[in-house]
Amino acid sequence: MSIKSAKYIKNFRVEDEEEVILEPFAITVNYQNGSNWDVPINTANTDYQAILEWVAEGNTIAEAD
Amino acid sequence: MTKAAELAKMGEVLTNSQLSGRRNLFYNGNFQCWQRSTSETGLGASSGYFTADRWKADIGATSAGRFTMNRTTSTPDGFNYGLVINCTTTDTSIAAGEFLLVQQRFEGQDLQHLKKGSSSAETAILSFYAKIVGSATDIVVEVFDNDNARHICKKFTLTTDWVRYYFTIPGDTTGSLDQDNAQSMTVSFCLHSGSTYTGGTLATDWAANDNSNRFVGVDSIFSSTSNEFHLAGVQWEVGSQATPFEHRSFGEELALCQRYFYQYEGTGVEWIYCEGNTSNHKFWAFQLPVSMRTVPSFSHGFSHGTSNGVTISSIALLSSSDSRIITRVAYASANGSANTMHHTDGWNGEYAFLSAEL
Repeated sequence: MSIKSAKYIKNFRVEDEEEVILEPFAITVNYQNGSNWDVPINTANTDYQAILEWVAEGNTIAEAD
Repeated sequence: MTKAAELAKMGEVLTNSQLSGRRNLFYNGNFQCWQRSTSETGLGASSGYFTADRWKADIGATSAGRFTMNRTTSTPDGFNYGLVINCTTTDTSIAAGEFLLVQQRFEGQDLQHLKKGSSSAETAILSFYAKIVGSATDIVVEVFDNDNARHICKKFTLTTDWVRYYFTIPGDTTGSLDQDNAQSMTVSFCLHSGSTYTGGTLATDWAANDNSNRFVGVDSIFSSTSNEFHLAGVQWEVGSQATPFEHRSFGEELALCQRYFYQYEGTGVEWIYCEGNTSNHKFWAFQLPVSMRTVPSFSHGFSHGTSNGVTISSIALLSSSDSRIITRVAYASANGSANTMHHTDGWNGEYAFLSAEL
């Protein structure tokens, strides 16, 4: 499937009711066919491999909110 | 040969050869499992897994051709289901880089007994039932070694009747396969191709990949909307003699397929853990029935409506392994005491999807 856009998913843990931001675990990908998938940042995952190719073509993964 | 020697030889064959143990390397070779869908229309714009488990439609350069992938009960005797691909939009101006492949991809660690790349590389045989409605009678089957960019191909001319076809694949003494969970080999049924892949001579013996030798002689399923390709009972086994199709139970086949794709059906009461009373300090988790090939991608069709006094605004992948999924659930507003469990009551009949395909 062709990627339309991608954005990191905010990752954090809670300490004393405060959010401590962590490295992102996954990326939300919007595909051209309208479907959305959360893709883990894992090089054995072929969806993540496709994201890396999409980035190599000059596209950018948006930062998490 | 004496009678005793004959019996000894027979025993050796039964014990050591392809007649013993699990034989078929294909997953869902008899099209029993359709977790995603049993019917999809308007396909052809991009590659993907759309219907039958493990069977991918691989698309080359953009084509005007469109097709449907459906489950069919019009099958050879002894099979419940087959796959049928119907052309719904023709493409008579074929660009060089186009192709349509119906294929399955295999992990290297599952293929080591082929002994590929060694002097004792095994002969294997691929068999399948197929038929064609319409004029696109000629297809090409390709076995591709992804680790070493090598391939071997065979052209078949199909008829309107179900026929079992055979492709003997000699052992390849060049290029060993990686022993890991990545894609090492691909078997493709080519139904359409542009000149990039048809300009040479079909690679009927193992050879280094040459694109021009891949799909020589294939007809295009996109030549007419009358064209329908039917496939059933696909088997790839070690040995030089094809054996009867290995029927596995539905449960066995489904568990094999769930290594690559799994759909979790929600229940009427799903538990959500509240780490804190803010809107997004919530977790929902579930176990996978089998270890997936790798950490899977996640999607879901759960409605975000209000249930049990809580409105859910989003669900996102938080952390996972190949056997367990943890998601972060966000409520529309702060709700719930810290370190308590909530439940949502509206997810029965809805699904989460996990994909670790090759």
